[in-house]
Amino acid sequence: MKKLLSILLLLTVVLTVNAQTPCLLEQDAKQDLVQDYAGVLTESEEQTLRQQLIAFNDTVSNQILIVTVTDLCGYDKAEFSYTLGEKWGVGQDGKDNGIVIMVKPKEIDGRGDAFIATGRGLEGVLPDAIAKRIVENEMIPSFKQKDYYGGIYDAALTTMQITGGEYTAEEYSKVSFKSFLPFLFGLIIFIIIIAMQVGKTKRYATTNGMGFWAAWSLMNAASRGSHGGAFGNFGSGGGSFGGFGGGSFGGGGAGGSW
Amino acid sequence: MDKKKMIKYGIIGLVLVLLIFPAFSTYNSMVELDENSTTQWANVESSYQRRADLIPNLVNTVKGYAAHEKETLTAVMQARAKATSVNIDASKLDAASIQKFQEAQQGISGALGKLMMVSERYPDLKANQNFLELQAQLEGTENRINVERNKFNEIVGAYNKKIKKLPGKFYNMMFGFEDRARFEAKEGSENAPTVEF
Repeated sequence: MKKLLSILLLLTVVLTVNAQTPCLLEQDAKQDLVQDYAGVLTESEEQTLRQQLIAFNDTVSNQILIVTVTDLCGYDKAEFSYTLGEKWGVGQDGKDNGIVIMVKPKEIDGRGDAFIATGRGLEGVLPDAIAKRIVENEMIPSFKQKDYYGGIYDAALTTMQITGGEYTAEEYSKVSFKSFLPFLFGLIIFIIIIAMQVGKTKRYATTNGMGFWAAWSLMNAASRGSHGGAFGNFGSGGGSFGGFGGGSFGGGGAGGSW
Repeated sequence: MDKKKMIKYGIIGLVLVLLIFPAFSTYNSMVELDENSTTQWANVESSYQRRADLIPNLVNTVKGYAAHEKETLTAVMQARAKATSVNIDASKLDAASIQKFQEAQQGISGALGKLMMVSERYPDLKANQNFLELQAQLEGTENRINVERNKFNEIVGAYNKKIKKLPGKFYNMMFGFEDRARFEAKEGSENAPTVEF
């Protein structure tokens, strides 16, 4: 009985080990611009990077994905990075303005790999030679000192500065009707609410024998408390990432090892 | 026209529509895939062209530091000249023409590999900013070639499947769509290259 139990226990252990998360390339896209699978960033460092990248995405529409991994699924660093970008659709559809900054930290007996993969639309502004320079000058010196945050931060900053002028969010919103849809939807709901409110006020005015505007101000005064909360919720949407847009990668970019 | 006849014609018409519309869409998607593969072939060629365009610059840079590696340098230029002289008709991509193309390009790959190996012996060259950038560009070009080739294989694979499966096979018999060839893995690429010193 004891033997059987221990076999069963062993089996569970083996099964759980096998049930490990599959290689990142086989997973569905996680809609997050900073994904630290290697665990080299602290929570607050991640948050700082994330906020900067979201703000960059909101203003310029270029999407930069920072990903640290411990396993390249048997690919080389270049193929892993651009395949990930292509599969997850980093960047906007049609603009192909995505960038993947990939870091595989150095393990005890391995070597560290870093790669900046550029989407098809950014190959012109960020040529391979420049990507190579960013990796060699900004990332690897810091990584050698085990300062992963410093290297990643500098690389992300330089990348944002270089690619910043390429597309403006304004230009992008002109071509994409999709981004108007939530706004349009909100507007329709707003109009319906106003229309309902007007109808209600009219009835209130006639039953109580007073003017329309008098009834309007009276009713608004009564319900102000609940409205404040509802409108406050709209603001909180500003700080989150809307998701990858389906950009394409053609193999551009450069990397290095240390 | 009496009512019975009208119903009869109506049913015949409906059956025809039901038969013809799916036929259109299959035929159209076959034509589309055919066109896509031709377009993608152009992308493959231009990614190889991009590599060929880098070579003169690269050779000149290396020449400045390693002039007596003349043999290696001329080998690269010769392989380039040979590869750029190969012309493939994109509308007739059969196994033979793809192989011809691939062989010529492999000539460049081999010669470039040797050049890069040789350049390891020259520390001054390796420190040269221009050389480093060319090296980065060359690596990027190889990646692009890889991407475009894979994409080409994918499209051709989908096309070949479509013309062999039903109902595509019927249209294939009627209109004569031709099977297209894909890139094969390089011969001997499964063996790691031997480095001699």
